[in-house]
Amino acid sequence: MGHFNYWIVIYLMMAGFYIMIVQGNLVKKIVGLNIFQASIFIMFISMGKVEDGTAPILVEGTTYYSSPLPHVLILTAIVVGVATTALALALVVRINEAHRSVEEDEIHEQDKSF
Amino acid sequence: MISHHLPILQVIVPLLAAPLCLLLYDRFLSWCISLFASGIAFLIAALLLHQTLHTGVISYELGGWAAPWGIEYRVDIVNAFVLLIVTAISSTIIVFAKESVAQEIYAERIPLFYAVYMLFLCGLLGVTVTGDVFNLFVFMEISALSSYTLIAISEDRRALTASYQYLFLGTIGASFILISIGLLYSMTGTLNMQDLARRLPAVSGNRTVESAFAFLTVGISIKLALVPLHLWLPNAYTYAPSVVSAFIASTATKVAFYVLLRFMFSVLGVTLSFQSMLLSGIFLALGIAAIFVGSTAAIFQDNIKRMLAYSSIAQIGYMVLGVSFATVTGLTAALLHLFNHALIKAALFLALGCIFYRFGSASMNQIYGIGRRMPWTMTAFVIGGLSLIGVPLTVGFISKWYLVLAAMEAGMWLVAAAILAASLLTVVYIWRVVEAAWFKVPVQSPTANTGEVPLSMLLPTWALIIANRYFGIDTSLTVGVAPQAAEWLLGITG
Repeated sequence: MGHFNYWIVIYLMMAGFYIMIVQGNLVKKIVGLNIFQASIFIMFISMGKVEDGTAPILVEGTTYYSSPLPHVLILTAIVVGVATTALALALVVRINEAHRSVEEDEIHEQDKSF
Repeated sequence: MISHHLPILQVIVPLLAAPLCLLLYDRFLSWCISLFASGIAFLIAALLLHQTLHTGVISYELGGWAAPWGIEYRVDIVNAFVLLIVTAISSTIIVFAKESVAQEIYAERIPLFYAVYMLFLCGLLGVTVTGDVFNLFVFMEISALSSYTLIAISEDRRALTASYQYLFLGTIGASFILISIGLLYSMTGTLNMQDLARRLPAVSGNRTVESAFAFLTVGISIKLALVPLHLWLPNAYTYAPSVVSAFIASTATKVAFYVLLRFMFSVLGVTLSFQSMLLSGIFLALGIAAIFVGSTAAIFQDNIKRMLAYSSIAQIGYMVLGVSFATVTGLTAALLHLFNHALIKAALFLALGCIFYRFGSASMNQIYGIGRRMPWTMTAFVIGGLSLIGVPLTVGFISKWYLVLAAMEAGMWLVAAAILAASLLTVVYIWRVVEAAWFKVPVQSPTANTGEVPLSMLLPTWALIIANRYFGIDTSLTVGVAPQAAEWLLGITG
């Protein structure tokens, strides 16, 4: 199990994808999208970890440091993810106002737009 | 010393205009600000292109941090060319937007519309100007999130579901790009494009690099709406407000195409992309598939907006086909078509926006006989259509000419024949509109308000139409720049 983190990443990614494809509920699809994005965050952070490495602060007795850059990148990516989720939820609120439903098949029956 | 800061000003000007529109919250003022900011951006892009043509590559270090560590903005002839077309189209469309938006969007949302429009422009320009792959991802998401908003701002409730669908596919595409950036970073330890290009050959053949390549190709292809990943596009273009369709159709996919070129040629390199990963064959097949799927689907549409959307999918096929040859002529054709298709589609969508302005719909049976009532609009549409087909003396001809040349140069006669055959499909769907507009008897009697549209809408449309003709006759700008850019991408002059 040397690549335990990466197996988790792959599992979460596929689970997220599966939810996005299979779920007909628009809110649950967003949950799927979030799980999918979370898997990428874990992937980045796993990459930055060096075995026996610590945070990159100069202290006596440590020679190995983990790269801090992936963490910083992921902070940005999380912000992007939050913005995406917020926008998606806002869209669902308006879809619900317009169609009185958040179920894909019911909306499709009204408009044939999916 | 302001000329030294042009690359960052290119992004900052629309970025500052966005909150200003929001704070003033006035329909007219926010339109003025957007027009002004877009005009300035166009000016900056023109200056940048001028500089790159005369003095070479411009490198700008953000905050004074040196290149591989800090974020670098890097303008060479390729992205200066893309910046010019994006800002030019944006400025023309804003002039058009004033009347069109007043008709199609609720009054209280109009200042918001301009704010998001500016953010969208900022995102597109940022993607184009940056020399840092993670910065590129962030700007791509800025432009993507604003484009979902722009689509959903429409009064049509189907725009909401279209935007929702686009949001999911777009986010998956962007996430794939993010994954590949992570994998590339883990192999090279750098995010700077130049630095990546230097370090990647040392780790070529590595499985991680190859999977990064695969994620990248799929991710960009979703953003580009390359067949078979085009499903978000027709609904998004059809239900968005006319101005938004025109702007997204003529710029967003073009910038995605630029990202594809930048990654495949400047970052990953021709050797990896076209020799070890066999991208030529894949893009050749997908390009031809896109051309025929898009054109055939366009023929059967009753909504003209949806027809143009499918036509866009076909045109993306032409560009990808040009790349697949990986020769100077092929890339020249692709870059020319990037420029030309932006002009053609913006002109056609604006002409359609004029029709929408009068009739509140863009379906084929609504426009019976309007050629006589709106002669200027429909003449513009016909000339735009001719340009889309590729009739000589229009821009469409120039890019198809180079594309056929590239196919022949590669000895692929069948592909050249396919390009010409697909032009005939274009004739069919443009002819359907022409027939409906000029030769059918009007369904309802002409009423008072179905005359020509206001001048502020006709002028931008005709400006683009004239540009279509002008660049079809005097090709010194496009054909002067595109081959240089193609050689630059292939590293021949670099």
